Formats: sequence, structure tokens, C-alpha cells
Amino acid sequence: MIEFVNFHLIPGLVLGSIYALGAIGVSLTFGILGFANFSHGATMTLGAYFALTLTWATGLHPLIVLPVAMVLTAVVVLGMDRGFYRPLRGSSAVILVMSSFGLMLMLRSAIQLIWGPQVHALITGIQRPYIFFDTLRISPKHVLIIVSALALMYAVHWLLTRTKTGKAMRAMSDSPELARLTGIDTEAVIRATWIVSAALAAAAGTFLGLDSQVETQMGFKMLLPVFAAAILGGIGRPYGAMAGGLVVGLAMELSTYAWIGTAPLVSPGYKSGIAFAVMVAMLIWRPSGLFRGRVF
Amino acid sequence: MTKVLELESVSGGYGETEILHDVSLQVGDGEVVVIIGPNGAGKSTAMKAVFGLLRLSHGTIRLKGAEITRMPPQEVVRHGVCYVPQTANIFPNLTVEENLEMGAYVREDDFRPRLAEIYAMFPPLRERRASAAGTLSGGQRQMVAMGKALMLDPTILLLDEPTAGLSPKFRGEIFDTIRHINGAGTPILMVEQNAKQALAIADRGYILVDGQNRLDDTGPALLANPEVAEMFLGGAS
Amino acid sequence: MDQQLYGIGLYILSLLTMGGIYAVLALGLNIQWGFTGLFNAGVGGFLAIGAYTTAILCTGPSESHLGGFGMPLPIGLFWAMVLSAAIAWGIGRICIRLRSDYLAIATLGIAEILRLVFANELWATNGARGISLVPKAFEKLSEPLDQISFTVMVLAIILVLYLLLERARRSPWGRVMAAIRENEDAARAAGKNVERLRVEAFVIGAAVMGLGGGLLAQYLKFINPQTAEPVTATFLVWVMLIAGGSGNNRGAILGAMLIWTVWSTTEILTSQLPDAWAIRTAYLRVFLIGLVLQIVLQRFAGGVLPERRAVTAHEPPGDG
Repeated sequence: MIEFVNFHLIPGLVLGSIYALGAIGVSLTFGILGFANFSHGATMTLGAYFALTLTWATGLHPLIVLPVAMVLTAVVVLGMDRGFYRPLRGSSAVILVMSSFGLMLMLRSAIQLIWGPQVHALITGIQRPYIFFDTLRISPKHVLIIVSALALMYAVHWLLTRTKTGKAMRAMSDSPELARLTGIDTEAVIRATWIVSAALAAAAGTFLGLDSQVETQMGFKMLLPVFAAAILGGIGRPYGAMAGGLVVGLAMELSTYAWIGTAPLVSPGYKSGIAFAVMVAMLIWRPSGLFRGRVF
Repeated sequence: MTKVLELESVSGGYGETEILHDVSLQVGDGEVVVIIGPNGAGKSTAMKAVFGLLRLSHGTIRLKGAEITRMPPQEVVRHGVCYVPQTANIFPNLTVEENLEMGAYVREDDFRPRLAEIYAMFPPLRERRASAAGTLSGGQRQMVAMGKALMLDPTILLLDEPTAGLSPKFRGEIFDTIRHINGAGTPILMVEQNAKQALAIADRGYILVDGQNRLDDTGPALLANPEVAEMFLGGAS
Repeated sequence: MDQQLYGIGLYILSLLTMGGIYAVLALGLNIQWGFTGLFNAGVGGFLAIGAYTTAILCTGPSESHLGGFGMPLPIGLFWAMVLSAAIAWGIGRICIRLRSDYLAIATLGIAEILRLVFANELWATNGARGISLVPKAFEKLSEPLDQISFTVMVLAIILVLYLLLERARRSPWGRVMAAIRENEDAARAAGKNVERLRVEAFVIGAAVMGLGGGLLAQYLKFINPQTAEPVTATFLVWVMLIAGGSGNNRGAILGAMLIWTVWSTTEILTSQLPDAWAIRTAYLRVFLIGLVLQIVLQRFAGGVLPERRAVTAHEPPGDG
């Protein structure tokens, strides 16, 4: 039981929170811009590297420099939209997806060019875990990740329900054409969407870096689970994405638990396949997702 | 009569095909103008032309004398032209109140007084203000759509088949509402399938067939016209 | 014979061979995309299936991986195509109805799963270390006849494929495909089983990709999970097809040859640089190929690329 909680449940929640943040961004851009953004993983990687550099430069804890990393990431993403997505605005989804695929590679290779391919640790030193009830162990960084992720999710909720821009984002997700006919400044909403998506991606990347390490492939490895989470929650449903992220993260971590006998149910090497299996199952059974998002 | 909205010799379509051929129509101050015609006549298309949603090959569109041809939809809205499309005319996942708020998006001032006025006009909306608009009945959704368009106190209101898919009881209510809105001073341009009821409240009407002007006259005159009666008023209830 | 000229000659042969193998992949993708409008972001997966099938069936016995069947190379290629087609059939049955970006995600996922399988099932594939000593057609001949023969074989395969595909394009089957691409609803209304036809195209395209994979395994005499890596296996093929003019078999071949030549020669140039730089320029090449795609897309968006008449991000216009 203890092993279950310490080595499967808690990592599942941590990973789930990270995926949730990534999935909200994907769900928003999918719903408002109308395409699956394959470069989102690379954005997460970029955020992690910005946090890494800022940590090196200032000596501060990654979570303190995270806001700056989020801003920097948002600036880059806005530039990407300006240079590459905006000229293709209104094109079919296929073209936008292809463009995002290309941007994924461009962004990743730019990161490799600038920072090199080495692996880095975001924080150094050994962390003594908190111990509850003499048996429950949870490391401080896991607490930080989960709490910060929840805070960010609440911030997204507040943005979407209390601000004019947030409501306009939801409106545009419902119907881009009606939004235009209502006089909503769709380009402003699109910019806001990219900013929110990039900021959350930066946070997700930083948290992942905190949890494991910072390396150039980290975003790509997260891409499929994040897409799975977004589809699971329903495209264009940010709240669904939050739930979807948690489900995918938990499913992945819990799948390697020895449910039957002593060996893991699913071999750890195939852990990322779980996310994919979840996604395909959703696409076949209920493409609109658990929370009935857009099916297109 | 001052012209609030004028389409002059407008031709165009969505892609390669032209749907409208040399269409002209006007809406005067305080008028209710109706466009009727068979399916595929281009009635809704004529309305969408106003919002720059068409590829225009020819023609001009003027609002109170100023040219608005090919202006993007958001600009047209900012000039005071509000539109209720036939379908997808509300944001289903936003609450009723949020829908109305979005209607007021381009307003710089406080929209709350106007919101109160809209609730006064459509009492059921005040009751369901916190419900997701998509959960409302057809008639209530139409109220949301119209209320949303009215949040800007528009210079002219464009309605695309406002009674489509509604029960006879609601149809009557909608036409009453339209008359009421017009009575408060807003000119209305309306596309309608229910020609008889629409013409009954119209000052003037245009008949479009195959994307072209066929006939136009005052509302009463069209109602009395035997040719019109045969074409449109026999079938429509 | 002049050493340098000989070297250049061999290099040109290698360009033709690798370019040719990519041409095979591009032709396969063209069946799926240009013909039928299916967005396959997992080309690398089918390439890998073909390559591993050939490798496993044709290599001698080994302790580190499945092998020892010692099948002749043509049989290896045959089964490469069949297995690729079979897996495509399974995927197609499930995923063919999906909208383009969902299909892209699904196919990318399949490619990833396959990569995981190849990387994890060490008993069969030797994992990351890969399978080496794959036999190669004509390798017993003396140099340079062995290279030349292999290149000629690849080019001959391309020619045969081209002729078959052109024939298919003009056949009733091909015409139905074109009709589906132009107006899916009309084709459906005319009684065509759109899903089944799409799956057919997907499967045939995958078989061709499997063939390409088998040829690659022979040419490199080696295969490992990296072979299915998204950049070289999928993305490059995409760029080749788009640059050459998708929907167009000739364009697929030309695009493949051209882009591969550019890719390969830039690698030569950058490998001349000192080590520290060489690694970085590898990334620069990927960056530039990504940029090339953006430019091509922006220039020709909507024009060159066939689009399914399916839902886009914006609602379809009404009329009345």
C-alpha cells in the first residue's frame, strides 16, 4: 500500500498535474485556432530551458524565476504566431498541423543549437522528503509542483470566467464565426490564447524539469500524453483538459504497479503507450471526450 | 426618407460561383424591411454581404451614406450593424448573461444599464441568466440571440429567419418582439421564410429569386399581390 | 581510374539510391495523401516495420535478436510489404474516419508505439543496438558493380511503381478516389463505400512504405529504432512530397531526389567543420528544413495541396 502511494499514486498526481497544464494549452489552441498544435511540446521544453538559464543567472529557485520564464516563452510563441501561423490563418487544419510539426522541429533544433544536447538538473542537491504518519513520503518538490499546478489551474479558471478576454476566448471556442459577427476582436483573442497556452506550457516544462531533468527531447515525449489528455477531456474544454491530464498521468503511473502478482502490470518501457491507448480508445468510443467538447 | 442601409448592384459569392447578381435594396429610417423568396434565392447571402463575408465582384454597400463595402465583420459591428444568424447564433457554453456581455463587446461604456433593458424586454432570460445558453429551449435561445444583438443599441438590426424551427406560438411572440424593437426606433432588415407573417409587419419587402431582384413594394402591396400570393403565401403558414 | 572521380561517382550512386528509397516512401505517402487526402504523420512507423521485417527474416542466426530464417531478399521485401499493409489495415479500420489532425495524432502515436516495441523487445530486435549484417542485394558482386546493381534495382523499382500508380490513377478505382477527394458527400450519396476505399489507399500506401523500409535495411545493412525517427523518417518525406507537388507521382520522385541531395550535400559540407561545430550544424540543418517547409506552405497554402472537403475551423457558409 505504501509503495503504491509513494511510488505510483503521488508520481501519478505529479505527472498528471504537468500533463493537465500542457493539455489546457493544447485544448485552448485546438478549440480557438482550430488545429492540433504539434509544437506545444517544444514550447514546454523552451519554458524549461528559460527557467534553467534564469536559475543559473540568478541563483534563485526555479519557481521564483518561473513567471519570467513564462513571459519569455510567451514572447517567443507570439513571434511564432506572427511569423508562421498568422500568414496561414484560415487555412485548413492539415496545413496548420504541418506547419506546427515543422515549427516543433525548428524550435527543438534552435534549443539544441543554443543550449546544446546535454542533460541538466534544474535544482541540485538532495531533497529530504516530508514524512507523514511515519510512512507516507512526499518530496518537497512534488508538493510544490502539485500546489503550483493547482494555483495555475485556478488562475486559468478565473481568467476564463471573470475577464472579458477569457469569456471572449470561450466564445470563440464555441463559434469563431459568431465571435467575428459579434464584433469580438478575434486577433486579440488569438494572441491571448497563445500567451496563456505558452505560459502554461512553460510551467509544465519547468515542473517536469524539476521532477526529472531538463533535456531537449522532454517536450516531444510529453506531446502524445498531452494530446491524449486534451482529447480525453474534450477539445476546447479547458476544465476537461485538467481532468484529462490527471487521468492520463495517473493511468501511466498506476499501470506499472504490480496489480496482479509481483511484476508490473505494464512494462515500464511501454508506459507512454498507455497514454496513446487511452487516446485511441476515446477516439473510437467517444471522440467528443468525457466532457463533450467539439468534435469538428 | 434617409437610407440607413443600402446595397447597390451587389454581385458576389463565396468561392468561384456567384450567388448574387446585381442585387439592390435599401432600408430607410425606422423601417422594417423583409426579404423573401424561394430556397437558394440568396436571401441570407445578401445579408452576409453586408458583413464582408462574401467575395464581392461588384457593387457598393453603404451605411447611413458611408461606404462599408468589404469591411471586416468586426468593423461593421462597430459601426452599429448587428446580425442574428439563422443557426449558431448563440455561444452555447457561455451563460445567458455572458452571451449578452459578449454582445456588448465593442462597447466602451458600462453595458449594465442596457443589460437591464434587455432583461426587461425578455424576462425569461433574467430567470435563466446563469444557465448555459445551450441548455435553453429553441424559443429562449432565439431570445438570447436577439438580446445579444441588441446590446449595442444598433443602428440597424439584421435578422436571418428569426422564426425558423419555432413553434407557431413562439413565432407570434418573436414577430411581436420584432415589432416592439422597431417601435423603439431600430430599423430592421429581415430574411423570412414565413412570408405572410413577415410581410404583415413589414413596411417594405423585396423578393429575390436566383440571386436577383425580382420585385419590391410596400408590405401591404406585396400581401395583396396575387402573383406573390401564389408563389409564396399559399405554402407558408 | 582517377580516385576522386571514382569517389564522386560512388557518391552520386549513393544519392540516387537513398534518394530513390525516399522516392519510394514519397510515392507511398502520395497514395495516402495526394490521392486520398489522408494525413499520415507516422510514415516512420511503416518504414520501420518494413525494415525490421526484412532484417529479421533475412539475417543469419544471432543470439541478440530474432533471426536465422535466412530468407531470400525478395521474400524479405514481400513480407515487409505485407506486414506493413496488415498493420495499416488494423489502424485504418479504427482511425480512418478521424478528421485530419486527429488522424495525424493517431498515426504519430502508432509510430511511437512501434518505436517503443522495437526498442523494448530486445529478444527480437536487440533494442537500441539494432540489427546489423543485414544482407544486401548484389553485395557479392565486385565493387563497383555491387553498388551500381543495387542502384539500378532501386531505380527499376521506382519505375515499376510509377507505372503501376499512374495506371491506378487513371483506372476506375483512381477516378473514384479523385471523386471522393473532390466531394466526399457526393461520392457517398452515389453509393461509394468511402471508408473502405480510404482504408484501401492507406493500406497500399503503407505497403509501399514498407517496401522502402526493406530497401533501406538492405542498403544500410543495419536497422535500429532511430530509423523511425520523426525528422528523417516522416518529416523529410513530407517536405519532399510537398516540395515536389503533392498529388503528383512524378513530383514525389523529383521532390525526393532533390531534397535528399540537398540534405546529403549539406551534411557533407557541415562534416568538414571542426567537431564542436559539426554537431551544432546538424541542428541547423533540421532548423533550415523546417523553415523551408514554412516558406513552401505560406507560398502555396491551399493551392498545391489537395484538401478534403471536410470541416475546417470555420463553419461552412449557409445560403438561402
